[in-house]
Amino acid sequence: MPTNTATATTESPAGPPPLGAPVLEIVGLSKHYGTLAAVRDVSFSVRVGEVVGLLGPNGAGKTTTINMVLGVLDPGAGTIRIRGLDVSRRRSAALAHANFAAVYASLPGNLTVAQNLRVFGLIYGVSALRQRVRSLLEQFDLTELRDTKCGVLSSGEQTRVGLAKALLNRPALLLLDEPTASLDPSTAQIVREQIRALAVHHKCGILWTSHNMYEVEAVCDRVLFLSRGQILLEGDPRVLPQQHGARTLEELFIRIAREPLAPDAEARP
Amino acid sequence: MKLRPVCGVVLRQYYLLRGSPIRVVPMFAWVGVDIVLWGFITRYLNTVGPAGVNFVPRLLGAVLLWDFLTRIMQGVTVAFLEDVWSRNFLNLFATPLLVSEYVVGLVVTSVVTSLFGLAVMLVLATAFFGLSFLALGALVVPFVLVLFLFGIALGILGSAMVLRWGPASEWLIWPLPALIAPFAGVFYPVATLPHWMQAVAAILPPSRVFEALRTVVGGGTPAVSELAWAAALAFVYVLLGTLTFTSVFRYVVRSGLLARYSAESVG
Repeated sequence: MPTNTATATTESPAGPPPLGAPVLEIVGLSKHYGTLAAVRDVSFSVRVGEVVGLLGPNGAGKTTTINMVLGVLDPGAGTIRIRGLDVSRRRSAALAHANFAAVYASLPGNLTVAQNLRVFGLIYGVSALRQRVRSLLEQFDLTELRDTKCGVLSSGEQTRVGLAKALLNRPALLLLDEPTASLDPSTAQIVREQIRALAVHHKCGILWTSHNMYEVEAVCDRVLFLSRGQILLEGDPRVLPQQHGARTLEELFIRIAREPLAPDAEARP
Repeated sequence: MKLRPVCGVVLRQYYLLRGSPIRVVPMFAWVGVDIVLWGFITRYLNTVGPAGVNFVPRLLGAVLLWDFLTRIMQGVTVAFLEDVWSRNFLNLFATPLLVSEYVVGLVVTSVVTSLFGLAVMLVLATAFFGLSFLALGALVVPFVLVLFLFGIALGILGSAMVLRWGPASEWLIWPLPALIAPFAGVFYPVATLPHWMQAVAAILPPSRVFEALRTVVGGGTPAVSELAWAAALAFVYVLLGTLTFTSVFRYVVRSGLLARYSAESVG
């Protein structure tokens, strides 16, 4: 069963966070759409240097949780703190410490790669923006595409642009919703290594959703299994399968994804 | 409110115009067509109308000012719709960007694009049809200011409607100026209207501007209190528009509509 690792902290956004300090603290988070509970009493934290995998079947509540963290969806109950700042009360200040990349939120296709990065750099208030953009273009092998409109890029290239945007403000909290879904295996491996290094060297906490269990094992320090809006399991992805009598993480995923559905399925006429 | 996020919103619109110059055409094309059409109508009316009555400032001046208001409104809504069309809300509002910064960015964009349109209209109307706003003297300033503020208010209100009811409601905002025009007395005195329409006209700032325009063209002096009242009303409309947008934004965040605007699904 889930263990809640969320802890209360004082608000201390100034200066870089120390390794191991919580960057995201979620306590008692719930969201209902009418009678449908999209997220139910979810609590967890993400610490600096840590990559936490948020796993679960479609409709489990992963994107709802991420949207609430990003301040584009109000929680029905519970609190979300980014570097100690309550997202509900200090939305702008809290979101200045976060960023995200998601396959369903591509950047405007009628702007070029560099233009998009400049626009979002200004919105995030990034200092020395020109150098930052150049550095990210190099980091994600986008220099040759800098003047290409995002709308004509391949999905893999768009993903790399999204990742570059996500790192613009050197976020303390990075939310990645299936970040490697459109990448070829070679690029995906490079991106995984970059993100893994980012967590450790750049003092960043990462919340990662993926349906690729191999990737989750390779990247995540800890995983949370979400099903029907609740956290059912939490632990080290390399140890959890054995602890629960499964051979692989994928097998465990399938079992957990199907088990809670069984009672409802039986009840249906 | 910070300057850099506002610059980000404006810069995006600048890049759009620079990357696709065809977007510049609507800024002056339709208002230009209007000026040419009404320019010839007024020229014709001057030949058949009573001697001594000049229709150019009465009709062409009114058309120019009304088109300016429409252009201002569209400047705000088109900038907003660019984010709707490119499904950009999640990217924008998952940032530290404040709603006020976003709205100010839209307004600044509209000011720049509308001034461009106004300049083209003035050149056409003056060069080809002899319209001179210089004859209005300093009154041009309050006229333009009131219409500018009311256009901004309409633009913000229209954007709030699309934010609330979704991209399909875009068609609702285009006819807004046409719906208001009969009440605003753009081409005729408000006294021409039935009583109930006059009551509506009384709370519309443009109606006072066009009444004042007709007074000036007729050789009179408009009451300063009327223009002051129009300006105050226009400020109230801007305030109401901004409050409506903010309130709608809170609603779409609470209900999940904002997240659904961009996300394929809300899991």
